[in-house]
Amino acid sequence: MSATASASPSAGPLGAGPLDLTVDEMEATARRVRGRIIQMSHGAGAHHLGSCLSCVDILITLYWRALRIDPASPEAPDRDRLILSKGHAAAALYAVLSARGFFEDAVLDTYNGDGSKLMEHPTPGLAGVEAATGSLGHGLPISLGLALGARIKGKDTRVFTVMSDGECNEGSNWEAAMMAPAQSLSNLTAVVDFNKWQATGRSREVLALDPLVDKWRAFGWAAEEIDGHDMAALSQHLAAKAGDDRPRVFIAHTIKGRGVSFMEDDNNWHYRLPKAEDVEAAERELGLR
Amino acid sequence: MRDAFANDLTAIGAENEKVVLLSGDIGNRMFDRFKEAAPGRFLNCGVAEANMIGLAAGLAMQGLRPVAYTITPFITMRCLEQIRVDLCYHDLPVILIGVGSGLGYAELGATHHSLEDIACLRALPNMIVTAPADPMEVRAVFRAALKADHPVYMRIGKKGEPNVHQDVPDLELGKGITVRKGTGVCLLSTGVVLPVVLEAADLLVKRGIQPTVVSMPTIKPLDTGLIGSLLPDHPVVATIEEHGLAGGFGSAVGEWWIDSGVTGNRLIRFGSSDSFLTYSKTVPKARAHFGITAEAIADRTANALGDRSAA
Repeated sequence: MSATASASPSAGPLGAGPLDLTVDEMEATARRVRGRIIQMSHGAGAHHLGSCLSCVDILITLYWRALRIDPASPEAPDRDRLILSKGHAAAALYAVLSARGFFEDAVLDTYNGDGSKLMEHPTPGLAGVEAATGSLGHGLPISLGLALGARIKGKDTRVFTVMSDGECNEGSNWEAAMMAPAQSLSNLTAVVDFNKWQATGRSREVLALDPLVDKWRAFGWAAEEIDGHDMAALSQHLAAKAGDDRPRVFIAHTIKGRGVSFMEDDNNWHYRLPKAEDVEAAERELGLR
Repeated sequence: MRDAFANDLTAIGAENEKVVLLSGDIGNRMFDRFKEAAPGRFLNCGVAEANMIGLAAGLAMQGLRPVAYTITPFITMRCLEQIRVDLCYHDLPVILIGVGSGLGYAELGATHHSLEDIACLRALPNMIVTAPADPMEVRAVFRAALKADHPVYMRIGKKGEPNVHQDVPDLELGKGITVRKGTGVCLLSTGVVLPVVLEAADLLVKRGIQPTVVSMPTIKPLDTGLIGSLLPDHPVVATIEEHGLAGGFGSAVGEWWIDSGVTGNRLIRFGSSDSFLTYSKTVPKARAHFGITAEAIADRTANALGDRSAA
């Protein structure tokens, strides 16, 4: 069944989706994508499920409402770019790329398998993956270069980075955060998936993360807080181009493990693997069974 | 050497619209002409090397040819993991230029010495590692690097290095340049230490030995074909570099030596020891501290050859 055919989700394979989904349809797609990610984590024995589930709505909104891309032509020189800097959420990226039509749903079954291009962190050479990430603090500097390169080449290209709150620990982000406004890179947008957790603790407690939105503002960015699960609001903000010459950052408030009650805001699901009964319970909650 | 680079870069940058120069907040006046010749394609990235490398990767992903320039330890070891992931894993054509390599900034203190950079970058897949010997080799290597489809690291000196070659040599990355053809002793030199090696060769001539001298501007890939071809006529082979003995050019030759089962020849390595230089010294005295002098090279290689003749 196609991912786009109906607002009522099912646990079937994902298909390619057009750009004109309603918010209801995008939400249905998000439920299916979440179900697929949980299946993938279970099947592959791969971690970071909570981190994947928190950024699904952001990724779907970007791929359906913001990015000028053609899955049939993933290397088109003038395409918009999205880098998933929080590479540990690769399963979310893979499931969304497949749903958007970059590759067949069956490819997702190879996730983490012998010889698969779908490694636990994004690898170069897979359609739709713009950069290999997984080492944190790399996506924003690379995105900065992509945005500058687009400007040097006279391209009207937008560049998006999805990063994690824990990732804001990395100093390289703040090097990039100082340079992007110095270069007036209004074609660059960062989205921080602020799920309030990092691997082993509350992201507000491990390092002094707060006040996060003020930090970005102080660095010269047009910074706004949004609900990272409100796809109508995400669509409105992410589709719109910058209003001035500043780079933009959205601090997207999210819930780690979003969509499955027994995973939500429980950081054990950073590393825990879902058992068969967990997959079944999650699919039931997501309306996929 | 750095002026040769700046002049060449200006000439090439004016014609090649893909070339973008990134500086880690150094060499500002040196690049004034480039900025005029290539408007919009000079970016002072500030003292933020990790970001500079990621940024260079992004530019290369847009089809540009970034050239990132700053003092050697800061463009290599400071941001080594960015080089590994952003440049090497993606196999992007980015050129890294380290200035004042080896002991070039001897007086500035060990923070500015770079005696470990070859070891670090040589270990990274896809990375090409070069160390031109003089301003002419700088020009040749830089032009070749711009045609390479891989990341290239070029470790250069600073200012005032003499020309060894009369003209820009005809150079291919991965190939050595035979500067002097002899027999018995072969001196393999990489980087700016070549004049010291040529001086050592003169001392050997006075002792009745006509050595071969090879400049090796590319350390990775290593010109093993050339080295292998020299073994029959050269019982003694020496490597000379302004870099640590751990993991440098001499190690690269030694690895090949072991893997290919060389027997019967003697390999002697000259380079810095496992220590920081913590006293202010001029470049020649800093080299001497580590036993990198014409006299030491001549003595050790002549003695080794003598031992072999006596045996």
